[in-house]
Amino acid sequence: MADSLVQENKPKQILQENTINTLVPQVEVPRVIKTAPPRYRNEIAKYIIRRSSECTLCGKCAQVCPYGVHVLKPGYKNFAAPRQHVCIGPSCQQTGHYCVDLCPQKALKMVENRMLKCPGDYRWTPDMLLATWKMAETGAPPLPEYGYDYHTGASGGGFDRLRFKFPDKPEVELTEDEIDTSIELNHRDDGRPQIKIDVPWYGGGMSFGSVSNITQLSKARAATAFNTFTCTGEGGYMERMRPYDEHVITQVATGLFGVREETIQRVRIVEFKYAQGAKPGLGGHLLADKVTPTVAKMRETVTGISLFSPFPFHSVYSIEDHKKHMDWIKHVNRRALISTKVSTPADVDMVAVGSYSAGTHIVHLDGGYGGTGAAPDIAKKNIAMPIEYAIVKVHRFLEQEGIRDKVTLICSGGLRTSHDIAKAIALGADGVVIGTAELVALGCLRCARCESGRGCPRGIATTDPELSEMVNLDWGTQRIINLYSAWRKELVDILIRFGIRSVREFRGRTDLLTHLDYTNDVEHHQ
Amino acid sequence: MPDKYHIETKKAPPRLPKIGKFGVVDWREDCAGCHNCVKKACVYDRYRQEAQYIKNLNEVNTFFFECMGCFSCVQKCTKGLLSLAINPAYEQMGNGYYTPDIILTTWNQAETASDPVSGAGYRGKFTGAGFDAMWTDMSEIVRPTRDGKKGREYISTAVDVGRKLSLLTFEKGEFTSVLPPLVDIPIPLIIDMLPRSYYFPQLIPIFVAVAARTGTMVIIDWKDRELPGAEKEKYLSNIIFYLGKDGALPPGEIMRKIRLVEIGDGDNVEERIKELKSLNPRIVVAVRVALDAHGEQRAIELAHQPAIEVIHVVADINGSQIGVEKPGFIKDIVRDIHTSLVKDGIRDEITIISGGGIALAEHLAKQILCGADLVTVDLPLLIALECRLCQNCRDGFTCPAKIEGIDATYAIGRMTNLIAAWHDQLIEMMGAMGIREVRRLRGETGRALFFEDLEEETFGRLFGTRK
Repeated sequence: MADSLVQENKPKQILQENTINTLVPQVEVPRVIKTAPPRYRNEIAKYIIRRSSECTLCGKCAQVCPYGVHVLKPGYKNFAAPRQHVCIGPSCQQTGHYCVDLCPQKALKMVENRMLKCPGDYRWTPDMLLATWKMAETGAPPLPEYGYDYHTGASGGGFDRLRFKFPDKPEVELTEDEIDTSIELNHRDDGRPQIKIDVPWYGGGMSFGSVSNITQLSKARAATAFNTFTCTGEGGYMERMRPYDEHVITQVATGLFGVREETIQRVRIVEFKYAQGAKPGLGGHLLADKVTPTVAKMRETVTGISLFSPFPFHSVYSIEDHKKHMDWIKHVNRRALISTKVSTPADVDMVAVGSYSAGTHIVHLDGGYGGTGAAPDIAKKNIAMPIEYAIVKVHRFLEQEGIRDKVTLICSGGLRTSHDIAKAIALGADGVVIGTAELVALGCLRCARCESGRGCPRGIATTDPELSEMVNLDWGTQRIINLYSAWRKELVDILIRFGIRSVREFRGRTDLLTHLDYTNDVEHHQ
Repeated sequence: MPDKYHIETKKAPPRLPKIGKFGVVDWREDCAGCHNCVKKACVYDRYRQEAQYIKNLNEVNTFFFECMGCFSCVQKCTKGLLSLAINPAYEQMGNGYYTPDIILTTWNQAETASDPVSGAGYRGKFTGAGFDAMWTDMSEIVRPTRDGKKGREYISTAVDVGRKLSLLTFEKGEFTSVLPPLVDIPIPLIIDMLPRSYYFPQLIPIFVAVAARTGTMVIIDWKDRELPGAEKEKYLSNIIFYLGKDGALPPGEIMRKIRLVEIGDGDNVEERIKELKSLNPRIVVAVRVALDAHGEQRAIELAHQPAIEVIHVVADINGSQIGVEKPGFIKDIVRDIHTSLVKDGIRDEITIISGGGIALAEHLAKQILCGADLVTVDLPLLIALECRLCQNCRDGFTCPAKIEGIDATYAIGRMTNLIAAWHDQLIEMMGAMGIREVRRLRGETGRALFFEDLEEETFGRLFGTRK
């Protein structure tokens, strides 16, 4: 890390003496796909296999199934519980290895799992959850045989009604190696370092408090492997995050938890969080039960007392105030890029331009349907517009103002899949921030119980020491690396099908999209 | 500065088992008896609570549905026996408008008096009909309020009901205008009469008590005037008697003590107002207009008559226009009325109360944004008492929520809690919008985002005409 800084940025000129002192040796995380099987005994599956008492334990099913659904362990007299989550379901009937037909005793039966009505919701359908779990397990898009309908949700609007207009044959035939998915984050030409991330996304801010430190570290390690970023969120900065400083964004949010000169100096990007899409106009919420002694210590607060951050920054009531804030950070850390995270009010375009004028490198829009560890239901549903509108509005306005290429537009708030990411870029974003999908990779099923009590029953969004142990750091890292790998593959595939070499060329290509609710008869001039 | 408006609340636990969303279906056969589910998997300890609950049961035919749907026990069961299902009784609650989710959140708010907070992002549809086809705005950086609900600054939810002057007159430096009477209410919400199909006379004194506790008012049919009981006199300033189209006028001694009265719309509206004013010139009179095919036009006509002070437009319980094949929705109708009166330059002179379809706190804020000064609420208060809108009462069957024999302390507590929770949520939204007074929220569509407009502005320009 130190060497690369010397080559790229001449740190002695850029870094202040005290900045160098805060840096610690950085850890490398290999970008390798390894199978990371689900962690529960009974994984949630789309189909259920039932075995009747007619079974004679002949083992035929185990022999024919190429996916390993049936397990007859040596030395056991009965079959183990079937690994139903790898079963491809009725599409297996077209193959020569459909166990239900091949069973000599006709002792097997396959039925749809009716429990799938329970997990997920309109935005994250059960199929989307299953497919994301599968990607996190294997590092590749799920096989088509599984029949997961996962590129869109069932919300009936926005990304879920947009589709790509894939040509029958691309104009340029490209191979996977020729595709560039990287984006640059500094377009200001202000003498600050350029930062290039290998994929057009980075991890959203989740504080220690809202999620466990294993979750935070898994995100940071996966971000390191993919040369991208993760964000601390509003909850302080764990010492264990320091070896990943080069891939961490320090968030300066309205509660200013964990914001110290030192935590600003360590990192390459500092993010101002003005608002969060899930609770625009309100500050962060961390309910009492999750303020454990460790969390309280880190936030310098009192154990068991709910923490409601103020809104807005009480020192910022104008763009000029915003600039003053930004100048302060820029002075404290001479090499950092600044990101400004705002939500999506009616005048989001003006906010974006104002933010640019104040000197931000990245404008980060967080749409109304974004994730959260705790937010009032009324805010999640009703306040501020969905991100799909805001991207178009801001991209268009930045173009009109002639500054589109001088600022990086990053969007978040309800992006769930690689297709959502590609759609957001086609609508006009440079890149995106993702959050919930990483947690789904770790086993989240959107039960929406992150906020209270001991927190997440699945050990992800919790600060309870016992529950946090449910996720292992290596496993968690691998699951997110696998998800990122699968997404990158899907993104590359989209670009190949369009014959577009770089994700940067894909930005604003609304001519490559159609909307199912529209006549789609507008002439595009690309 | 007046005292900050605050509603005293106290937790009001349900009397009946909650009808939760999830239930764990358990096949006992082949259970290994490992107790993983009970002792380890369920982080909420629901199994133990269920056992305790069953032990304490006083009657059969009740179930325990407090499962949080996290799948932990299902996925950790040694034998893979457990299964999670959506509770059919949950799915049957309510109607197409009052969904099971609305009923459950109302119950929770009535119990805890708090603004519901949950984890994970929004889970619903991108948009929908009625109130779901709009969002409220927020103010990113520049805003007059600080901290919203939890802050030090006061966000006022008070409204004035009555006619207001468009300008004040002075002669030789002397103020000569005659100020019309106004009724001030600290929250833009009035309790309406329950629809006839949900008529429970025993709830009327409870409504009066709730109105008194929350500082708001309740509309009571004049025919039910004796129901509030002996204490009625004490609460007359919280009661709005509905006198119908041509019912007899209340006697003078009552008229002198009440602040607001409501009459039904009819040809003789102006005369009746004159009669009422002759009994008490300081009384404010509201005219109740049913939102049928002609309701919107009628409301606009009435607003132009100088004698009219308050128009109470009422749609059906689901907010739909009454008796129309393709009914309009209350939000759009009120927006049209509001816009028309703004164009005619008389909007500020008249008060518009809107009723029907207000099922959640968000509807209250959105309806005011669309042009109502305040709203009336009916069914949500009944739901607060654990009603599930099964309509058994309408058909003469026993009420599963046992509303008939309800305990007054419990009922007052639950309804007060619900109003307090709504008030909190209204402030939450106003804080986010940067609006410090609910009077300024009225018709402030610049602080609202409408689905049709956003679609047209963004996708319309990219993809043509919406099909």
